[in-house]
Amino acid sequence: MSATKITAKVVRQDQIATDIYSLILEAGAVAVNAKAGQFVSLYSKDGSNLLPRPISLCEINKDKGTIRLVYRVVGKGTKEFSKLREGDKIDVMGPLGNGFNQKSKRAILIGGGIGIPPMLELAKELKCEKSIVLGFRDETFLLNDMNRIEGEVYIASEDGKTGVKGTVLDAIREYDVKGDIIYACGPTPMLKAIREYAFENYMEAQLSLEEKMACGIGACLACVCKSTEVDEHSHVNNKRICKDGPVFDAGEVEL
Amino acid sequence: MTENYNKKARTANVNGDTGKNDDNGILEVQGNNDDTNDSIIKSTEISFAGMGVDIAGVKFKNPVTVASGTFGSGAEYGDFVDLSALGAVTTKGVANIPWAGNQTPRIAETYGGMMNAIGLQNPGIDVFCERDIPFLNNYDTNIIVNVCGKTEADYVEVVERLADEKVELLEINVSCPNVKEGGIAFGPDPKALESITKAVKAKAKQPIIMKLSPNVTDITVMAKAAEAGGADAISLINTLTGMKIDINRRSFSVANKTGGVSGPAIKPIAVRMVYQVANAVKLPIIGMGGIMNYEDAIEFMMAGATVVSVGTANFHNPFVTLDILEGIKKFMDEKGIKDINEIIGCVK
Ligand SMILES: Cc1cc2nc3c(=O)[nH]c(=O)nc-3n(C[C@H](O)[C@H](O)[C@H](O)COP(=O)(O)OP(=O)(O)OC[C@H]3O[C@@H](n4cnc5c(N)ncnc54)[C@H](O)[C@@H]3O)c2cc1C
Ligand SMILES: Cc1cc2nc3c(=O)[nH]c(=O)nc-3n(C[C@H](O)[C@H](O)[C@H](O)COP(=O)(O)O)c2cc1C
Ligand code: FES
Repeated sequence: MSATKITAKVVRQDQIATDIYSLILEAGAVAVNAKAGQFVSLYSKDGSNLLPRPISLCEINKDKGTIRLVYRVVGKGTKEFSKLREGDKIDVMGPLGNGFNQKSKRAILIGGGIGIPPMLELAKELKCEKSIVLGFRDETFLLNDMNRIEGEVYIASEDGKTGVKGTVLDAIREYDVKGDIIYACGPTPMLKAIREYAFENYMEAQLSLEEKMACGIGACLACVCKSTEVDEHSHVNNKRICKDGPVFDAGEVEL
Repeated sequence: MTENYNKKARTANVNGDTGKNDDNGILEVQGNNDDTNDSIIKSTEISFAGMGVDIAGVKFKNPVTVASGTFGSGAEYGDFVDLSALGAVTTKGVANIPWAGNQTPRIAETYGGMMNAIGLQNPGIDVFCERDIPFLNNYDTNIIVNVCGKTEADYVEVVERLADEKVELLEINVSCPNVKEGGIAFGPDPKALESITKAVKAKAKQPIIMKLSPNVTDITVMAKAAEAGGADAISLINTLTGMKIDINRRSFSVANKTGGVSGPAIKPIAVRMVYQVANAVKLPIIGMGGIMNYEDAIEFMMAGATVVSVGTANFHNPFVTLDILEGIKKFMDEKGIKDINEIIGCVK
């Protein structure tokens, strides 16, 4: 599962919602070695933006050697990436991180906002019984892809236009979604609430975390989170999100 | 599948004499290249003839190392580059005991560089000696151990602990701007710097490199203090203290409020300081600060550096050290430079 850095070719790019883009890259070895929950580093061509941008794998096609990334334009790097067109080149390093530890247990997949994309690949890889719970602020995206997956899809939105008005946990309670393990990615307040929910209900939960990164491979110690266990690298209860994560057991980290 | 890769695995053809390579002089590509992995560790086929340099009696097969803290202890980057191609690996600062480092966010991107306040997170000297030194000794490269501490006694303890370890040089970081006591007390005070240099030198079995802070008015005063204290070499520059504010959140971009700025944005300052120090003391210099390519490396050498360290650039391109080595070689061939030592400090 070792990572590499390649120059990938853009197969296609589509805008799928306001400020949200879907990018498909021909990525050879990066695709072949990848699994759900891992991410890649994308590099800007503008020398003033030196650091890589971590983006989760939304879909992996090992046969074609392609990966799909879905991202929101929030700053300089993502703005540059949104201009990429078919045939353009971009430097990519990956696959990075550990990915989800897939168990054959009745699963609840929870994605919030721009944390939704990695849940698509996970939903495709998980062959067991599963429910998918998605939280949006207002505008929805990736719903057609999610609906193609076997398993119920439940939706919450802050404005209440789609699904339950409120959070993903409101949707879980409203629809009485049941499962034995939660896999989740999304904003930290959402992950905190899910962590509590999992503890209260004696459920296993895996959470995908985010932090600013420089190396993306575990060398610089920029991206740590507080861990309950002693970490393997520095023995100081600081796990590296890029290398030991981004996916952690809920009991393994403090949020 | 190999044709999809733009970086091919190659074996290093090192004409070194350090004895860690096998009989025919071809180094095995090391790392996690078991059968199930498509491990793609890049090395270089260039010969390092004419690229050898010397720091305090330690021979380097070429003048390229990595800047402390940007490369861990080599293990992670070892999945990308053959560490045996480097003149040395400089490790992340290590203290007498484990340090947890600062709160996150620890970094922010800045124009043409970055700001970090990692806070010298490290596993402490025991784990370092058990794990990192043996790992690095699998490679045909010099090991420079970067040492940090809160008090003079901390530094001395680490240096004593390293005395019988198989490492070539010690780099004493008296200039970390991100830890209240991370040597910064010594950084700007020439008397304190001279005193700690003496204390460390008295116990060290390996040559001592004092790493200077650029956050001073006159860098030559500091270089002279290190020389007076008995330093064998000087490295510079550490990061420049900076600040970045997130205007949307009305908060500091790194939790520590201030951080150390590195990357190409600081390069002209670093080149100037290397030049000044080269002309103020007789000690060899390890130069760094924003080196992104071979042109930058040669610029530092012409300003007076014997060895160059590549830091932030590794984050942008994990293969950068090898690209720089190949570039230096090409430059030497094109300009008819037979011995790299010719260019060290050649611009007066
Ligand atoms: C493991 C991981 C997976 C991610 N997956 C996705 C994804 O699938 N889709 C998506 O839209 N976003 C994802 N993100 C967030 C994404 O990395 C940032 O939105 C992106 O880096 C912003 O870059 P920018 O240049 O547009 O923004 P700028 O604000 O200009 O970036 C400045 C610097 O801050 C860093 N940065 C800014 N925001 C974040 C952030 N939220 N997390 C980490 N670094 C940040 C940038 O990488 C860059 O170094 C992920 C983050 C992590 C850590
Ligand atoms: C993330 C990061 C961590 C660093 N950690 C250390 C350290 O532990 N000890 C040290 O002496 N310097 C440390 N430095 C400073 C670098 O070694 C170097 O002096 C500085 O970054 C300038 O070089 P550059 O512009 O090539 O990065 C660190 C720099 C960065 C960016
Ligand atoms: S980004 Fe460098 S350790 Fe995670």
